[in-house]
Amino acid sequence: MEEFSALFHGFAVALSWYNIGMMSVGIVLGIVIGVLPGLGGPNGVAILLPLTFTMSPTSAIIMLSCIYWGTLFAGAITSVLFNIPGETHSVATTFDGYPLAQQGRAGEALTASFTGSFIGAFVAVLLITFLAPLVAKFALEFGPPEFFAVYLLTFCSFVGTGKDPAKTIIAMMLGFGLAAIGMDTVSGELRMTFGWSELLRGIDFLIVVIGLFGVGEILISMEEGLAFEGKSAKINMKVVLETWKKLPKYWLTLIRSSAIGCWMGITPGGATAASFMGYGIAKRFSKDGDKFGTGMLEGVIAPETAAHASGTAALLPMIALGIPGSATAAVLLGGLMIWGLQPGPLLFVEQKDFVWGLIASMYLSNIAGLIIVLTTVPLFAAILRIPFSIIAPIIIVVCAIGAYSVHSAMLDIWFMVLFGIVGYVMKKLDYPLAPMVLSLVLGDRAEAAFRQTMMGSKGDLEIFWSNSLVGSITTLALVMLFWPLISAAWRRLRGGTKAARLAA
Amino acid sequence: MEQQHQRSQRGLTHAAADALTACVVFAVGVVMMIDNHRIGAGWAPDGPESGYFPFRIGVILCIASAVVMLRSLFGKERKREIFVPWDKFKLVLMVLLPTIVYVLAIEFIGIYVASALFIGAFMRVMDKYSWVKTLSISIGTGVVLFWLFEMQFLVPLPKGPLEALFGY
Repeated sequence: MEEFSALFHGFAVALSWYNIGMMSVGIVLGIVIGVLPGLGGPNGVAILLPLTFTMSPTSAIIMLSCIYWGTLFAGAITSVLFNIPGETHSVATTFDGYPLAQQGRAGEALTASFTGSFIGAFVAVLLITFLAPLVAKFALEFGPPEFFAVYLLTFCSFVGTGKDPAKTIIAMMLGFGLAAIGMDTVSGELRMTFGWSELLRGIDFLIVVIGLFGVGEILISMEEGLAFEGKSAKINMKVVLETWKKLPKYWLTLIRSSAIGCWMGITPGGATAASFMGYGIAKRFSKDGDKFGTGMLEGVIAPETAAHASGTAALLPMIALGIPGSATAAVLLGGLMIWGLQPGPLLFVEQKDFVWGLIASMYLSNIAGLIIVLTTVPLFAAILRIPFSIIAPIIIVVCAIGAYSVHSAMLDIWFMVLFGIVGYVMKKLDYPLAPMVLSLVLGDRAEAAFRQTMMGSKGDLEIFWSNSLVGSITTLALVMLFWPLISAAWRRLRGGTKAARLAA
Repeated sequence: MEQQHQRSQRGLTHAAADALTACVVFAVGVVMMIDNHRIGAGWAPDGPESGYFPFRIGVILCIASAVVMLRSLFGKERKREIFVPWDKFKLVLMVLLPTIVYVLAIEFIGIYVASALFIGAFMRVMDKYSWVKTLSISIGTGVVLFWLFEMQFLVPLPKGPLEALFGY
């Protein structure tokens, strides 16, 4: 049980006063960020990332990952109390959460969703603890072709599972294009700078994330016109204990949702898809399925557990392979590179303190997070009652500061505004933003892997089928890419035989 | 849906906005192809040239945007409702234009003063808060930010004449 000793070592790293302090700060900040409109996981982490440049990487990742957990918890607060999902992954929580709040059972709904989140996250962390080292060990054998194949699989599965393949591809390619701006890391040649010396160092992904998710989101919420008329959140020990007594009844839902979440997190399906799937499956299998939507506790637990499990599991491929499973994980991965760590399977060999400190902190911070949210919900609900005319400019100010502090460059603030407008248009036209962030962060690495492969094979694409490992990953990637076509063809085939049978 | 049809205003339809955006993306793809062709998108003796990868990205971008464009112009399911009704778009501009002025102001008077003015202006214009509330919140935010970034985190942000007066 090598993992156990490593994990205990991780606890020793994470359990310093400084790191525990960072944990609490991170979770509280994360909840605030998650509750506020216009701020969410990806850009919240992006804005705070420059402040961690001087910290040790372990403390920095602990704080930033805690912000991430905080935003995951916060989604439930706005959904249940205000019927407004603060994050897209909590849309499904509004279905039963808000009706419960209307019946005056907000405390129950919140307790159930927080506890569900906690259990989902816990299962995912267990999975990370035991699976991530194995995956990393396996991946140590990878060469450039294997890595490019895994990147390809990530990108292709986004296209295959996305709502609109053409728009997903556009978003992704724009990300690759942005990543290519500036000095070419392999040859040192300038690309797409158009004689503009400020573009030499490229466009930082943090700027793009702050613009797309921060400013863009503010513009969207301004247009939709937000009026927060929330239910009051009364949580006390009695409500919590009574709700906890009811929870064991839903053990099957909890397990199902955790499993769905873990799966969707590791494959980049995302927390949003996981929460809807968790809700849908719970509705289908529950004996009270027809009552879903009217305020069932189970309908709150199912999506929240899945969302939190998926959000947590998204860190598994990030730690083990250097491939993030969600937009926030992508920003965290960018952070690793800024702190001077080389993401990838070698982390488990070279940066034991860092990796196991992070994993141990996940256990601790989820417990801390559960306690913090259960005790302080009314406080955070009050933040939402601050009028938009005060919150909106403050968020823009915070975004501007975050954008400036990345490189101390004024131009970056202008880029932030530009990407805010881009984000607004993309959101309105249903372009997915997560693939863009992912390809922006991974662009250079994916390109380097591709070029090294091509150098080795002298331009022959057959190298991607040169052995069974790389061949099966590449084939799987292509299957994912053409999944919409394949499933459509399959349906037509089956539909065709059915029609033929009917005709006969 | 019914309401949206009744409120048939003139303006950009959703499908038209879609097509327009696809045009822009197509142009971006073309620019990428041209610029990367310039630096070499082919094969050098030591492997792929610098433009090899981005050039292909540009090609895919053009193909995908052409698909979106054709679909939005001729597709059966294109949305005909207005992209943004004017009254809603006015709200968006109410945030966007001051933001642009704000960023411009940062260059001249520093981020702290500009932020205080920006927040104050928002509160006065949008919700017509009293001067006392407006001033206390806007100036308070500016001071807190200054304390946080210049004194605690030691992250230098753009400063202007006011900060210079205090010796920063």
